[in-house]
Amino acid sequence: MSLGKEFSKGIWKENPVLVLLLGMCPVLAVTGDAYNGLGMGIASTCVLLGSNTVVSSCKSFIPKKVRIPCYIIIIATFVTMVGLVLKAYLPALDKALGIFIPLIVVNCIVLGRAEAFAAKSTIANSIADALGMGLGFTLALVVLGGIREFLTNGTLFTIQFVPGWNVSFLLSNSPAGAFIVLGLLIAGMNWLNMMKAKKQGKVFEPPKHLDCRQCNICNMEDI
Amino acid sequence: MAEGKKTDIKLPDPSKLIVSSSPHLHNGSSVRKIMWLVILALMPSCIMGVYYFGFAAFRVLAVCVISSLIFEYIFARMMGRNNDWKDGSAIITGLLMGMLLSAGMPWWVCVIGCFIAIVFGKQVYGGIGFNPFNPACVGRIALIIAFPKMMTTWVPTRFMDKSFFVFDKSLLSPEKIEQIKGMSHLPFFHSVIDGVTCATPLGVVQTPFKLGTATEQLVGTVTDWQHVWQYAIGNIGGCIGETSAIALIIGGIFLIAMKVIKWYIPVSYIGTVAVFSTIVHFSMSPPALPGMVYQVLTGGLLIGAFFMATDMVTTPMTCKGGIIFGVGCGIITCVIRNWGGYPEGVMFSIVLMNALTPLIDRVTANRPFGKKQTSKTEA
Repeated sequence: MSLGKEFSKGIWKENPVLVLLLGMCPVLAVTGDAYNGLGMGIASTCVLLGSNTVVSSCKSFIPKKVRIPCYIIIIATFVTMVGLVLKAYLPALDKALGIFIPLIVVNCIVLGRAEAFAAKSTIANSIADALGMGLGFTLALVVLGGIREFLTNGTLFTIQFVPGWNVSFLLSNSPAGAFIVLGLLIAGMNWLNMMKAKKQGKVFEPPKHLDCRQCNICNMEDI
Repeated sequence: MAEGKKTDIKLPDPSKLIVSSSPHLHNGSSVRKIMWLVILALMPSCIMGVYYFGFAAFRVLAVCVISSLIFEYIFARMMGRNNDWKDGSAIITGLLMGMLLSAGMPWWVCVIGCFIAIVFGKQVYGGIGFNPFNPACVGRIALIIAFPKMMTTWVPTRFMDKSFFVFDKSLLSPEKIEQIKGMSHLPFFHSVIDGVTCATPLGVVQTPFKLGTATEQLVGTVTDWQHVWQYAIGNIGGCIGETSAIALIIGGIFLIAMKVIKWYIPVSYIGTVAVFSTIVHFSMSPPALPGMVYQVLTGGLLIGAFFMATDMVTTPMTCKGGIIFGVGCGIITCVIRNWGGYPEGVMFSIVLMNALTPLIDRVTANRPFGKKQTSKTEA
């Protein structure tokens, strides 16, 4: 696949949140408003970029049996860096995201891309993949956070859009509301895909290589 | 082939043969008939609600029923089930939804509640018969999470005055009483006044109990016979449909007599609440929480026990399972009422037990005919 395709697949076709359903914990927990979603998305993108680059360049001499601990150490390094940068320059955002910044270490997207993509691909492709996946993740978080924030207060990035919206709709601000809005987003995305496939005279199917079989984290014995 | 023609036995048209799994016996009732019976059973409490809360209550009920029907029509069509909306189940969901709201609710809150009840409570799971939770409970819980302040603000009934001091805090100001009395020449309109709020009996007792300021005198006042009579006829603050205990019991007994619902869920539910609250009442000295009559007659227990915990789709099928369901609901209700963050726990308890229904059904499945009971000593 070309660099452009590696980059663009993360935005729609293999969107990490809406298609791969990875990293649900930060997705549901920090998207109370669009600003936090944007911050979380950019922080994860930075970590993903760093880890994909290093994993891809070190793939030839990391022993296969201990590759997961190695990946975790690489990821943790970048998470610490991002965390310190946030603490130094954006203390308010760091406070709002709280524990979810250190928890990027165990974010499935980062480890998943390291294991499923960067460990098998060239450095250039890994960087393109990291940027695309990060952008897709950020977009999904901003859209989710924006919808939740708008439904709750009628605001977007704390700018009042609907004058006189004085009753807070607290449901969309609660964790249950996050699940509902995410479910609606996924349903809307599938609907769009089905419509597109119908126009071309096909039946929509999710990409086959995205199910459990493509990941080989579980079968350690055949190494 | 000529012979074959002679002995040709006329087989029925295979496209008209119905091959189905059990049960094969049908008692002739239809979803539609059951739904109309339930609506009929809800009528006494609706009428009492409209009688006590005036035109505002009728408006809330009408908005809920109409918006539920519209949402059901739109979303059932969107999902390709064109005839689903005709069975009348949306009318019941809307009616129950309206009965669980205060008469002073703005119309858009009613519409949001009905949207959540119909779409997220029912249609997304595949329509009638496939919903794991009671739709009206889902809508009501979504509303109390979304608008906690609005959902715990109540309007007084048309017949309240100063003598029922426990029912109302703001009515104590004389101007407000005069204001309400001045409106009484308009028989069905005056409870629409904004800004007159009122506490429910549960709120009057539960809030001081949780703050630790409940007194024996307060408990004694709310449980004297005069107040209990008010709870029974429904002259108390609360949701439109849940205040009049007698009307709800009439509706419930009607449903049991018509064999639409089974007796064991309401009986075990109400019985558990009665026993639990009696134990709590007598375990404290001086008693800071009123006893069983009060706990059973006030709040949403009766409407929940008769009309929502008996929903055929979301509750266990067997008798044993129904009793487990009722006891579980009762315990959760009492725990939330006495020690939880909300004054009322009926809706939460029913939805929580709905989630357990598949497990209860699995544990209490009936033994198939012809199978030997395996004794435990053999194994």
